[in-house]
Amino acid sequence: MPLLEVQDLQTRFKTDDGVVKAVSGVSFELDRGKTLGVVGESGSGKSVTFLTVMGLLDPRHAEMTGSVRFDGQEILGLSTARLRDIRGKRIGMIFQDPMTSLNPVKRIGWQLEEAVLIHNDVPRSEARRRALEVLEEVEIPKAGTRIDDYAHQFSGGMRQRVMIAMALINQPEVLIADEPTTALDVTTQAQILRLMKKLQDEYGMAIVMITHDLGVVAEVADDVIVMYGGRIVESSKVDDLFVKPEMPYTWGLLGSLPRVDVDVERLEQIPGQPPSLLRPPQGCAFNPRCAYTFDRCREELPELRPAEGKTDHFFRCHLDEGDRARIWAEKQAAMAASAESAA
Amino acid sequence: MIQFLIRRTFWALFLFVAATMVTYLIFFVIPADPAKLAAGKAQTPAIVNHIRMMLHLNLPIYQQYWLFIWNLVRHGSFGYSFVNGLPVRSLLADEIPVTASIVFGGVICYLAIAIPTGIISALRPRSIMDRMGMIFVLFGISAPSVWVGLMLLYLVGFRLGWTPINGYCSMSANHLPGGCGGLWQWAYHLILPWITLAVGSAALYTRLIRANVMETMSEDYVRTARAKGASFARVLFQHVLRNSMLQVVTILGMDLGLLLGGVVFIEIVFSLPGLGAQILTANNTLDLPVIVGITLFACVSVITFNFLVDVLYAWLDPRIRLG
Repeated sequence: MPLLEVQDLQTRFKTDDGVVKAVSGVSFELDRGKTLGVVGESGSGKSVTFLTVMGLLDPRHAEMTGSVRFDGQEILGLSTARLRDIRGKRIGMIFQDPMTSLNPVKRIGWQLEEAVLIHNDVPRSEARRRALEVLEEVEIPKAGTRIDDYAHQFSGGMRQRVMIAMALINQPEVLIADEPTTALDVTTQAQILRLMKKLQDEYGMAIVMITHDLGVVAEVADDVIVMYGGRIVESSKVDDLFVKPEMPYTWGLLGSLPRVDVDVERLEQIPGQPPSLLRPPQGCAFNPRCAYTFDRCREELPELRPAEGKTDHFFRCHLDEGDRARIWAEKQAAMAASAESAA
Repeated sequence: MIQFLIRRTFWALFLFVAATMVTYLIFFVIPADPAKLAAGKAQTPAIVNHIRMMLHLNLPIYQQYWLFIWNLVRHGSFGYSFVNGLPVRSLLADEIPVTASIVFGGVICYLAIAIPTGIISALRPRSIMDRMGMIFVLFGISAPSVWVGLMLLYLVGFRLGWTPINGYCSMSANHLPGGCGGLWQWAYHLILPWITLAVGSAALYTRLIRANVMETMSEDYVRTARAKGASFARVLFQHVLRNSMLQVVTILGMDLGLLLGGVVFIEIVFSLPGLGAQILTANNTLDLPVIVGITLFACVSVITFNFLVDVLYAWLDPRIRLG
């Protein structure tokens, strides 16, 4: 049984301008100890999907349907009181911006202790001991003195370590990381990813890595889902996605990925803007930006279908197998040629 | 933190000196001739000259100022009223408790209204409670306090006869015949002034608190707290309120300082013998020492409350202590 199983999740926001379809029919599974990469541009619905899973959206504004099963138990629509027993205890979450995600007027130690005390009936001294332990675990130098500092006394990378410490302090089974490295510089990013890997090995938790960076996914994920316009447009094992992506949007993402091993003259970019979720385009949401659009794409939403000869690779595209294989081969050749001319 | 306190204390002292200087210049140097004013109707050149000597107006300005400061700091003396010859200090001593009673009672009233209303409105925007709160706010902001005071006097005091319509009773017991006093009488006489003061300010503070709480509720660290599994009450009391009170504290401090300088309209409407009523009389009779005394007291109260706000602010927000 998967640890986290999401089925046909829909999240809509009622606004003055109309209904925003932020998440439409998203399904996926996450097994214990595995890492799921969730990739997409801003506004693709990746964050909203997991805020829905955590029950962190305000039901007065968001309409949520479908099913979220955690360890066999349905948690979508669960009362806040019941949900609180899961949040922070069995599912931890860290957010994009470590600068604003910590309370500026409370000491770091206090915030860590709070996470312990909410879920465990222990004295504060025990909570503090645990806080110190987990700060050392996330490799904060001189944790013993820094525990009484405030968030503004830490650098961005250190704050994100504190956030990770806070999410892990109750040893959750799932850690949802919403763009944990986006706000950090490149060397710090690598350190944070390595730290998360290390902690995953120690604690054996499953990780959901939400990111717009395929490089991060390649580094840490086992499985990956690509989201676009509130829908999953491709899902597969991570290796398979890099070897043979099936969907033009994923091709674009891969083309725009800077690589150290191949020197490319110029990175490809996906033209246009992400679709409006208020008035999504007819048919395939990607059709206005896709170079291979034909009539059917503008009329009919492609189903999520399995790739040729595979059972764990799904995608949404009307192009037939022959076309997709040809285009991807051309793309690879073009990338290689561009790399050569640059060299 | 100690360094911060020392810095702030010096700043407050500097402000005090600056305030006395400006006050002194405005009231003693610029107007025509204080000696003539002090002489009143019996103005013969001899009398005016005599008064000029007594008030040391024949000395150079910096010496006059020095004497003024010396008397103030060494003897706590603000000089004597031109009109009735009473020491300004004893006038202030009688009037400050009246104004302070109005102000502190009024502030407690409006905070007691604004804090719960503001928080509830922020948590349930667009609800009935929020909308009713906003109507009340609009009314409070639009209605001038003179009008509110007069209406309350007429309706509650005169028509219904529930409260006295004017006068002040001191908090301490008064055994003179016909005199009134004691805690109950004090509050009974002040209830209408308090409400009058509260109506306008409660409205403003409700808005302010509502806006600040709403803003804080959407902060990332509030989402973090909820993701930790914190209960709604814990999120509100531990994470939201302290952060959203920062601005409220600032404005409250400024308001308190200003109001203590005299709540003129309310004191006039309810015939309360406070600083506001006194400064109006003193203005009409050009009783300079009294005007200066009250102005200085107002300056000191503004400086004091600003200082307190700074300290409170530093306690509330650790980022300021180091800044």
